[in-house]
Amino acid sequence: MSVSRDRLATTGLQTRSHRAGGHGQRLLVAASGLLAVGCIAQSVATGVVAARSAIAFAALIALGELLRLNLPGDREAAPIGTACALAYALLIRVGSSPARHSAFQVVAVTAVGMALGVLPHLAVGRPARTAGMASRLLAVACTAFVFRPLAGTGNIVRHWWAALAVMTVLVTVAWLVDVVIAACTRADTLRGRLWVTFTDELRVQGLLGVAVGASALLIAFAAEAMGLVAVAVFLAPLLVTQVAFRRYAGIRATYLQTVRALARVTEIGGYVETGHADRVSRLAVAVGRELGMAEPELLELQYAALVHDIGQLSLQDPIPGGATVLVSPEDQRRIAELGAEVIQQATMLDSVAEIVRRQSDPCGGTSRCPSGPLPGTAPGEDTDAGERPARPPLSSRIIRAVNAFDDLVGSSADPARAAAVLDRLRLDTSAEYDPAVVAALGRIITRLSVVSG
Amino acid sequence: MGRLSRATWLYIGTVVAAAAFVIARSPHQGIPWSRLAVLAVLFLACESVPTAITPRRVAWSPGYAATLASVVLLGPFGAALTGVVSVFSLRRGPTPAQRIFNGAMYALTAYGAGRVFLALGGTVGVPTGASFPKIIGPFAGAAAAHIVANYGLVAGVLWLTSGTDRSQARGRGVVDLRLPLPDFGFAVFGLLIAALWSVVGPFAAILVLIPLYVARWAIAQFANQQRAYEATLRVLCQAVETKDFYTRGHSERVSRGSVMIARAIGMRPERVEAIRFAGMLHDVGKLGVPTKVLQKTGNLTEEEYAAIQLHPLCGLEVIREIGFLDEALAGIMHHHERIDGRGYPMGLAGDEIPEFARVLAVADAFDCMTSTRSYRGARSLGEAITELRRCAGSQFDPVFVGALIAAVEREGWQTPDVPVPPPGEPATAAAHDHDDPVVPLRVMGRR
Repeated sequence: MSVSRDRLATTGLQTRSHRAGGHGQRLLVAASGLLAVGCIAQSVATGVVAARSAIAFAALIALGELLRLNLPGDREAAPIGTACALAYALLIRVGSSPARHSAFQVVAVTAVGMALGVLPHLAVGRPARTAGMASRLLAVACTAFVFRPLAGTGNIVRHWWAALAVMTVLVTVAWLVDVVIAACTRADTLRGRLWVTFTDELRVQGLLGVAVGASALLIAFAAEAMGLVAVAVFLAPLLVTQVAFRRYAGIRATYLQTVRALARVTEIGGYVETGHADRVSRLAVAVGRELGMAEPELLELQYAALVHDIGQLSLQDPIPGGATVLVSPEDQRRIAELGAEVIQQATMLDSVAEIVRRQSDPCGGTSRCPSGPLPGTAPGEDTDAGERPARPPLSSRIIRAVNAFDDLVGSSADPARAAAVLDRLRLDTSAEYDPAVVAALGRIITRLSVVSG
Repeated sequence: MGRLSRATWLYIGTVVAAAAFVIARSPHQGIPWSRLAVLAVLFLACESVPTAITPRRVAWSPGYAATLASVVLLGPFGAALTGVVSVFSLRRGPTPAQRIFNGAMYALTAYGAGRVFLALGGTVGVPTGASFPKIIGPFAGAAAAHIVANYGLVAGVLWLTSGTDRSQARGRGVVDLRLPLPDFGFAVFGLLIAALWSVVGPFAAILVLIPLYVARWAIAQFANQQRAYEATLRVLCQAVETKDFYTRGHSERVSRGSVMIARAIGMRPERVEAIRFAGMLHDVGKLGVPTKVLQKTGNLTEEEYAAIQLHPLCGLEVIREIGFLDEALAGIMHHHERIDGRGYPMGLAGDEIPEFARVLAVADAFDCMTSTRSYRGARSLGEAITELRRCAGSQFDPVFVGALIAAVEREGWQTPDVPVPPPGEPATAAAHDHDDPVVPLRVMGRR
């Protein structure tokens, strides 16, 4: 019925939609669930082959599911579990005895292990993330159904290099299956574009996937050389990887929290209305995604949107209500420059500083404000308005429009007001605001009001 | 390294001669040269990756995996030859003298590790399933000998080259004790490589090292983010200081002072780190105090005083979400409490005040007194120390006052330059500093 704050909250990078899931996600989970049930039934009916190794691998897969890893963009991976499951699919011998388990048994063991590993997560109230589990299970199933028949024939085990080559190909395929499924579900739930989400997945999962694949081969060969005990020992390199990624995830989260704190400083100081920075950043990210921006750009956009008003800190007196859309273009420009100056001191945020600096430029390019020496321009950069590149970056144009929208609508939940504001922004397009950005903003607002109505 | 002393040259010469001696004296027969070539390339690859990727507590030294795999697969002589390859490291840092020393050192210590391996009953060659688990004991012994000998030889050269700076040498000694643990972890991977050699040959090394290189990538990302994070924290505290140029740098100095106290009383490194951040951010809440209150000359009304008293809580509000230790948050919230219970915002007394807050309070007041304010000049270090001593027990915790004074006498204290008011910004200085213990805030109707 209305554009409420809660609905807006679900559009950001920290979306909660993976819990609810779209139709595609439900289909995926149902399919892999059926596969798991079928394989478990088949394994029980025919009897479990080599129960000891089955139990050992199920236990390790459960452990891997327990030790899930956060990746950028609210993804989760289970590197240890995936590596063990793939290794179980690729097992040729355990010690000196050939491994004769079927592909059905591989899927069954993996499914049981995952189910056991997810129980502690559920017990402490964390989401199960069934879509991720489903895509991992499907990837393992692909490998198993190709490799188990080959392992049975014995042809492949005569030369280690042939086995190595086939295994490498299969692990790569499994990894691609996982990435494609993840990209599809992401494109589905976040309404992103498929190609963009696919390259996003490749970027985020690429290296970790290589480490997981190498470890899967390592474990499969180690079981051959030294028996089952070796499997746990040969997880050590991957464990190092996992620890490193965990630290990375930790500092990344802390960094985002720090940028949020920076945004809150303007609110505490009474410069901006409470919640403004948060709303602008969520809406800006949604617009950016709608316009097909890739994840690294979205992250910069998110940071820039969070701190876009930081320049107001340098003002003697707060602007009433903190609404920069209501002040003169010169003042807007000055606030943007001061903000960029503050952000530039954080050396890693150069691109973010540029986005914030250009947010005050009208979309048409050359600013109409009088040119002259401006505070805070980087050395070597022109300070003359006329010499600026014609169009501000897309991120700046998005922040400009979304900021104006939020300044005028505020935390109001009235759809009529949102519609009126959108109309006003549309009238100003081409000169002030980017028509494409305003159109995307309009689509998102409409969608939200439909969803909550 | 700069110019080396004669003793250093003598030391390096001895190590090189010893390495040359053991290599020349060993029997050359029966060495599988192709295997040696693979392991040498592997070691070179490990050694060529830059190691100094993070400033703190993350070591990266997979080279041990290659030399110790050589110990098992090739024996002492082969391991020594693998070690020599370090001379050709593709890293650009080392000088020729450093390269020669590194090569000789790795050769010598790898040879020693090989001897230890044999002495403890290990057999040289590709291990089979039957070699486990009895290979583990000799291997662990060899790894320990390799790492300890390596650190010993490196410590010797460091000691000879940095003999003058005692405090730095001592600091390095502390770090050295902690570093070998991850090295031992990497050494164990050498056994994994050797164990898989019978199944996949040299690919064993690649399969083991791929996850480690990915881990290294993640750690490098971690280091980048860490730098970005710290830069952002600095921006956060500078944002506070834009309002009053007299307090510029205050947060950084309070942070440094708090760290000095924390180190002096022997806090654990994680807590020192947390107090560093707490010091940087302790006054973030000052932004919640209206500028006109900060710039008011004369007595404050009760309401205005209340606004100032609220700033630790405003600060907490800003940074609550940042994943610090809770202790840092408690420190920021209570850094204006007094030991006698007359502080704010809660009026806690004595041990009720969190330890971080008591530390911050001392560093905060000390920096305030030694800086220039709009209404007074800076005090000398001596005056400030006397003032701290006077207030110890009533306002400050005497233990931390003592710790700060001792640390300042040992390490010195960087007092800020006298700020020059920028032209055209007449009204950006606060009329009083809430941190100042000598000139307390005056509130109407109070004495």
